[in-house]
Amino acid sequence: MESTNQVLLQERYIINPVFLFRWEESQDAHVLLYPEGVVKLNQTAAAILKHCTGELTVDQSVDRLVAEFGQSDREVITQSVVKFLEASRDKGWIRIID
Amino acid sequence: MTKAGSELSIDGDGKPIWVSLELTYQCPLSCVFCSNPLDFESYQKGEMSAAEWKRVIREARDMGAMQIGFTGGEPTLRKDLEELVGYANEIGFYTNLITSGIGLTATRLKVLKAAGLKHIQLGFQSCDENVANTLAGVDSAKLNSYRKKLAIAQEIKALGFPMVLNIPVTRQNLPQVPEILQLAEQLGVEYVELANVQYYNWALVNRDQLMPSREELEWAEAEVNRFRERVGDKMTIYFVIPDYFDGRPKACMNGWGSIHLTIAPDGSALPCSQARSLETLTFPSVRDHSLQWLWEESATFKVYRGNEWMKEPCRSCDEKEQDFGGCRCQALALTGDADNTDPACSKSPHHHIVQQAIKSAELARELKQPLLVREANSVVAIKRASKMSAANRVASEEAECVNNTGSTCRKESSCKSRVLSDGEAVE
Ligand SMILES: C[S@@+](CC[C@H](N)C(=O)[O-])C[C@H]1O[C@@H](n2cnc3c(N)ncnc32)[C@H](O)[C@@H]1O
Ligand code: SF4
Ligand code: SF4
Repeated sequence: MESTNQVLLQERYIINPVFLFRWEESQDAHVLLYPEGVVKLNQTAAAILKHCTGELTVDQSVDRLVAEFGQSDREVITQSVVKFLEASRDKGWIRIID
Repeated sequence: MTKAGSELSIDGDGKPIWVSLELTYQCPLSCVFCSNPLDFESYQKGEMSAAEWKRVIREARDMGAMQIGFTGGEPTLRKDLEELVGYANEIGFYTNLITSGIGLTATRLKVLKAAGLKHIQLGFQSCDENVANTLAGVDSAKLNSYRKKLAIAQEIKALGFPMVLNIPVTRQNLPQVPEILQLAEQLGVEYVELANVQYYNWALVNRDQLMPSREELEWAEAEVNRFRERVGDKMTIYFVIPDYFDGRPKACMNGWGSIHLTIAPDGSALPCSQARSLETLTFPSVRDHSLQWLWEESATFKVYRGNEWMKEPCRSCDEKEQDFGGCRCQALALTGDADNTDPACSKSPHHHIVQQAIKSAELARELKQPLLVREANSVVAIKRASKMSAANRVASEEAECVNNTGSTCRKESSCKSRVLSDGEAVE
């Protein structure tokens, strides 16, 4: 599905306050909990969402992720992060702050 | 690295994810579509204590459950609701209150908020006062359910709770769908669930009078889509064409004993809130067994888990991983055998029963039979009255016709089809 929301590098995002983002021991993963629903996140998804606190721009968050994952190809990471954030926005998990 | 869009769904890995606590079947309202047992009054004496509920909450959490729903009946009738919500929140549950709103006050809502309540689902009937009170089965001079609900909806939003407005869609409130959505938008509701009435118990008794036609449903669907386009993603509307009209059954409970567990007011552990209609099964209680034993070892939870139990056409069908053969309670209520394919499926040899029910509801429009409101001690009267109903007349003709073909045919909780959403696989 083509994303209906475009995510730009200078934007800042927060997790939609309706969602509760936390570590869940029994799933050995981070989860998003919301009214009557659960989303289990894998490590990378969780790493990206962890930066959605409204402090960092998408661009700054990419810097951190490059460092955290010891990846060298910044361009590839940028593309992936933007794509994931767009999908997250489509699903209502995150919101832009302005 | 990222593969946004590839879906990965959680199945709980054999653990229960969602637990519903039916704290009581008592209720100040008398909804004509209520899915509670017809003999709801008989459960009042044996209701579990706060200490018993807490033990269940602890055990469910220890088994890995993450979502807990406090429901009923009307859960706010229990004075210990705040205590139970507080406990569940403390040990890591995402807490959901499923309420009619009657019994809630601004003060109680504040206490619940402080106790960690995360979300409130408010049962709602209509934006038309008369229709709303008729469906809630109340005399508005004595209890104006509609006005109380509207007032409490505003309090809920004022306190910042995420809110689901649950509206079981019937012939009576379907024409108001566009206005109901507008009202929800004004209230600032995040989720609207236009719920398909599941025809069990009171809803089954009133089925002929409640069931909308395909044309009405398609009109409502178009209105919902138009509304979605206008409001965008600030409101999520759940609306699907009901199983009776869809040709495929609902993926009931995401599969029997797969992720969901309901505890009735007396402590019986149920794979779904309607399961007790399966009279051949026994439903042992959390009073006598550990939750883990009930989930893992009890025959009741094992009987329809997975797909070993399936008969044809499900057994060799490539859609069985999607709908799990549908609803066991509906299979029993409509075909007389809980092991059968859900007759909502067009591949079911009993699918004509569902088609007949649709026809019967059409015929009943002419008859203008009254709606029966949920009332205590009415099981006997209902059984007598239902013999005369259009539904049964059609159904008994049906029973004969099926018997002639050699197979036997005697004569339906809302399904948590949205309990789990798909996760994002990011590799
Ligand atoms: C049984 S009620 C119990 C909680 C509370 N008394 C209430 O009405 O919200 C749980 C939810 O199921 C919905 N409901 C009741 N009967 C139903 C039925 N036959 N089919 C589908 N949903 C139903 C109600 O609107 C409510 O949102
Ligand atoms: S659906 Fe209506 S009658 Fe049934 S428990 Fe909820 S409020 Fe009470
Ligand atoms: S035959 Fe059974 S498994 Fe196949 S679509 Fe129908 S209900 Fe589902």
